[in-house]
Amino acid sequence: MFLNVGPAHPATHGVIQIRTELDGEIVRKADVEIGYLHRAFEKHCEEATYTQCFPYSDRLNYVSPLISNFGFAAAVETLMDLQVPERCNYIRVILSEISRLTDHLTCIGASAMELGAFSVFLYMVKAREWLYELIESVTGARLTISYGRVGGVKADLPEGFEKECRAALKKTREVLKEVDELLTGNRIFYDRMRGVGVISARDAIAYGITGPFLRSTGEAYDVRKAFPYFVYDRFEFDVPVGEHGDNYSRYLVRMEEMQQSIRIIEQALDSLPEGPTNVDPEGEIIEPDLMSDLGKYGKTSGLLKNEVLIQPTLQGSEKRYHDRIAAPTKEAWLPPKEQVYSNIEALMNHFKIIMLGHGLRPPPGEVYFPVEGANGELGFYIVSDGTDRPWRVRCHPPCFPIMAALGSILEGDQMADIVPTFGSVNMIAGELDR
Amino acid sequence: MEYFIQFSKAFFIFNLVMGFMYILTWLERKQSALMQDRIGANRADILGFRLLGLFHPLADAIKLFTKEDFIPPGGNRLLHTLAPFVAMFFALISFAVIPFGGIYSLGGYSVSLQVLDLNVGLLFVFATMSMGIYGFVLAGWSSNNNYALLGSVRAASQMISYEITMGATIIGVLMIYETLNLQEMVLAQGETLWGWIPKWGIFLQPLGFILFATAAMAETKRVPFDIPEGESEIIGYFVEYSGMKFGMFLATDFIETVLAAALITTLFLGGWQVPFLGSDGFFFSGELWVALSSVTVMFLQVSAFLLKVSVLCVFMMLVRWTLPRFRWDHLMRLGWTIMLPLSILNILITALILLWIR
Repeated sequence: MFLNVGPAHPATHGVIQIRTELDGEIVRKADVEIGYLHRAFEKHCEEATYTQCFPYSDRLNYVSPLISNFGFAAAVETLMDLQVPERCNYIRVILSEISRLTDHLTCIGASAMELGAFSVFLYMVKAREWLYELIESVTGARLTISYGRVGGVKADLPEGFEKECRAALKKTREVLKEVDELLTGNRIFYDRMRGVGVISARDAIAYGITGPFLRSTGEAYDVRKAFPYFVYDRFEFDVPVGEHGDNYSRYLVRMEEMQQSIRIIEQALDSLPEGPTNVDPEGEIIEPDLMSDLGKYGKTSGLLKNEVLIQPTLQGSEKRYHDRIAAPTKEAWLPPKEQVYSNIEALMNHFKIIMLGHGLRPPPGEVYFPVEGANGELGFYIVSDGTDRPWRVRCHPPCFPIMAALGSILEGDQMADIVPTFGSVNMIAGELDR
Repeated sequence: MEYFIQFSKAFFIFNLVMGFMYILTWLERKQSALMQDRIGANRADILGFRLLGLFHPLADAIKLFTKEDFIPPGGNRLLHTLAPFVAMFFALISFAVIPFGGIYSLGGYSVSLQVLDLNVGLLFVFATMSMGIYGFVLAGWSSNNNYALLGSVRAASQMISYEITMGATIIGVLMIYETLNLQEMVLAQGETLWGWIPKWGIFLQPLGFILFATAAMAETKRVPFDIPEGESEIIGYFVEYSGMKFGMFLATDFIETVLAAALITTLFLGGWQVPFLGSDGFFFSGELWVALSSVTVMFLQVSAFLLKVSVLCVFMMLVRWTLPRFRWDHLMRLGWTIMLPLSILNILITALILLWIR
């Protein structure tokens, strides 16, 4: 029997079609059709300046947009050879891991819902909501965050973030424990997931699959460990691996990864650097003892003490937050608002970056920068010809190789297994079709 | 007068079932909301009164009645229309033999609170339940849709498999009470074992109770047994239905939930029996007794029946919102290789014990 699963099917989110040939309940042949959410991300980026690409990268993986934001920023920074401040890197790590949590929560919750365990989905979404509130407090938006910038992030963490973050993580841990009790040992859930959607490590590597999907087969490849970026090499965390490469292993890997993400965030919060705040007019850091010595001699006039609050703004465009989160370079980063309003150099600098035809100009060259997205290796390949727009942007989406393999994974399983296997891929169409 | 009594009983039980269905649609929303840390439906109001969302089923009904009645091109017009009626009719008719109260003498008449006093009552219930499958099979068959066809095939195989388990399970009950008449069965459960344990089916047939309850829940086609529906997999046999015809399938599921609860109550939980309540009052051991009028006793016993059914309905909802769904072959394996042998074992043990006692 020929059965057309999707795109108008509740489990396919309206963005994918699986043409199946059924023999009774057994899937004999499955043909996966993608491209329903193609928005020409890569072509759009060629038409936009580097800064204008960030809103597009939000829409790649719309469950964890921060990771693609930072990935794109890091790629351009590598091209420009920029060093971002310590605190900025920590913020990026914390927010990336929060995004990974939201992504895995959605994935497991949706898989459980598609198996009929509706309550689990709502517990997961409840936890995700707390994390979204955190993200909203930092970036000002839940989904269309556009928080990354070349050379930094848009804004510093708000006051009291650490406390709220720890509280949210504590509650999230409780939800994870609750879900663990509901699902992990559940006989029905186990039977539905174990031995279904199996892929061998060999095949997974051959298809180029990364992320939890690859790790469930026993291959411990994680970009955070293999090619540490930001400051991931400073934290202790494990890369959980599965054994069987089936849906159940993927479920367990994701559950454990969430624990590891929480562990990373807590370590990062413990060691979050404050960053330089004592800076002289030339932007050079003054050591605290020298500063106090100068104070003793009464030479305080040059020190920036007057902090003007300019509202409305997130804590990124003001001087006192500026140094913590922005790379100390004039090519990439807008000067603080106080200076733009008060002196001509900063005003010109501002216009040089904002005006079309000027802007960020990375030197000609090419770069590939991978980050560990929630579903696997998310890479940006950028070619610059020295103008303010990228000559070519190529995004390596983690879902794409998995969807290529999905057809052969589904074959031989039952019709009812299509939904959980597809759920364990955690396909995000925005990222897949770009 | 005879006709009047008969009509009143039928009128009562019909409205009772429909009322249960109404409350269950509300309960499903509210209980799931409670379990999932939500508020649940609370917006439908009449003149500003919201009444905890109790008007939502009413709003549902209005919506369903005013929607377009769609028959898919290529579908069979007659069978497509007939299917929901068949499904609902056979679910409703089963209530005719379920006793919701005892036998009382009111105004010179001896009134048995059971619409149809049938000597093959239990078999009648099973017959109607088997006929009900036709509704689901016809729905899938006449829709001209592969999803619907898959759903109806699954429904047929699941319901037939579990009816066998149900049938095998009740043989144990039959052997103990030695009757097929449900009213007589409930009357027999009014006796006590060793003077203090009520002679309910659950105490005499604990294994049978668990098996029957599971099979009855499978008959209602709700999570974890909602394989014919499988809303995220194949949507179900009613995928091509709209308006009130879809509403009737939905209602049938709820009516079957009530029916399953009523059957479990009647067979295993003593039906309308209240422990130690006789026809003229409570009677504890020795001289301890409380005299009650016939009307009070009737009121208490009917309430007991309703309470038991309600508790079972809530329990089924609890299961429904906790567990994930079975897969088709797992369900068959559970039915044929675990539950059926266990129910046969149950018959064997019951027979041996009865042989030993007599």
